[in-house]
Amino acid sequence: MTDATIRATKLTRRFGSFVAVDGITFEVRSGEVFGFLGANGAGKTTVIRMLTGLLAPSAGQASVAGHDVYRESEAIKRDIGYMSQRFSLYDDLSPLENIRLYGGIYDIERTELRRRTDTMLERLGLTRVQNDSVGSLPLGWKQKLALSVALLHRPRIVFLDEPTSGVDPITRRQFWELIYEASHAGTTVLVTTHYMDEAEYCDRISIMVAGRIAAIGTPADLKQAAGAESIDELFVQLARPASDQAAAGAR
Amino acid sequence: MTTPLVAGAHAEPAIVADGLTKRFGDVVALSGVSFAVAPGETFGFIGPDGAGKTTLFRILVTLLVPDAGSARVLGMDAVSRLWELRRHIGYMPGRFSLYPDLSVEENLRFFASVFGTTIEREYEQIAPIYSQLEAFSDRRAAALSGGMKQKLALCCALVHRPRILFLDEPTTGVDAVSRREFWELLARFKATGLTVIVSTPYMDEARRCDRVALIQRGQLLAVDTPRAITESFGRTLFAVTAANRYRALQTLREFPETASVYPFGETLHYTDRRVERSPDAIADELRRFASSRGLGELTVTPMAPTIEDVFMARMGAAEQPDAPASRGAA
Repeated sequence: MTDATIRATKLTRRFGSFVAVDGITFEVRSGEVFGFLGANGAGKTTVIRMLTGLLAPSAGQASVAGHDVYRESEAIKRDIGYMSQRFSLYDDLSPLENIRLYGGIYDIERTELRRRTDTMLERLGLTRVQNDSVGSLPLGWKQKLALSVALLHRPRIVFLDEPTSGVDPITRRQFWELIYEASHAGTTVLVTTHYMDEAEYCDRISIMVAGRIAAIGTPADLKQAAGAESIDELFVQLARPASDQAAAGAR
Repeated sequence: MTTPLVAGAHAEPAIVADGLTKRFGDVVALSGVSFAVAPGETFGFIGPDGAGKTTLFRILVTLLVPDAGSARVLGMDAVSRLWELRRHIGYMPGRFSLYPDLSVEENLRFFASVFGTTIEREYEQIAPIYSQLEAFSDRRAAALSGGMKQKLALCCALVHRPRILFLDEPTTGVDAVSRREFWELLARFKATGLTVIVSTPYMDEARRCDRVALIQRGQLLAVDTPRAITESFGRTLFAVTAANRYRALQTLREFPETASVYPFGETLHYTDRRVERSPDAIADELRRFASSRGLGELTVTPMAPTIEDVFMARMGAAEQPDAPASRGAA
């Protein structure tokens, strides 16, 4: 028994005859920064959709923040935060309006919401632009705001789907500091990325290949076990055979 | 390439851009951008979202008129000779822009016919990629996977045998394996003499290019070979490893002589304010400072800077709306 906030056992999802997620078993511990890596089409998004209560599994079990993904998907949604590159904030609303909207959705009491809002805007250095439209902000600022908003209701777990795609290298690192802070405050972080240097910032990572977890562990242990210099090299070792197979199958 | 090149074409640059400037309302997307690309070069624009890469590409492929400055592509002015120029340009936009309701083959046939040619006539040119798609020739483009869509878009951009190919962020959001494969594919086209202009937010892809331009906020920070750019870093860079990287980062920020310290994968990259001081002396001091703060063993080794190190150094202080310029990642 561990203090796992995410626990998946033989979790499976089929779409017709296609097995997108093929009986994966893994745990994410409380307060951990967990890097959820994999090639495009390996099944990462399907797993995230199941764990966030948006998609029912075809078989297997999973619990998130102590709630069962089949029966308690609404309870899961209250206890998690979510952001991605594609959807995070409403571009036509200001930072302030976005925060109020999310605060309202999660039913945060008004004086408390005001307090958290002020702290957040000041912390991010966004007080001056709090009434500008979010769409007019540089991507990096927007993504830092989006993460803070995803953490507004103090979720136990936050799911980050390629949060730093296209973000400049300095802001990318500032974003990771926000991730560390959240983790130090006890929030569990599950994050996907295509930047392999970011995989090294995680406490543990998993690498999905063709619907299965091909490797799971700390970056250092995984590199050592595979005799790889970097996570990039390890990733290519694991994912390339599958990619060659897919190309061969297409011919 | 079977298309005969005009005599002396090799002497002429593939692109000459001079002072290109473009505004959208109050936003300055490009600000006095100048550079030249030689024929046959693979030339990369490296920079984050919003740096101006797409605006620049749209001007070079004749889809957007600059507010100031000029661009000559293949010796032709991109504004006054756009119709002639378009025949020789291949362009793959960052966003998938083919017809989703047409099949793979229909899309390709359409683009070939627009340029007055056929798939059959151009087969040799596109074979390296098209052979991987032929099994799906009846599938609607909308139903293709991301990687397949990208290959189809590349086929469509190449089917009229362009002399210069523009690829706007072909690898964004693409996994590490597919990114490698894409660059290997590009190398095959480069070998035919094709000039390739490519943009990417991934700094590590710079090494795939003959020369690169680092672009940020509408301005070029540097234009040179990847090697010359990393050599221009100008101070000693140290790789620092510690058992607790996050604590080491915070501790090094408190060291009075720190010029910059950033996490880079499993290490921290550190530079010191004192350019004159010997690397050994700096390494010693860092280790002593770390142990005085109870940080334990610290490994400090001089290392060769990467393109990303240079980019971050030239970007200058972190851009925050309110906060003053901060030291390292704030």
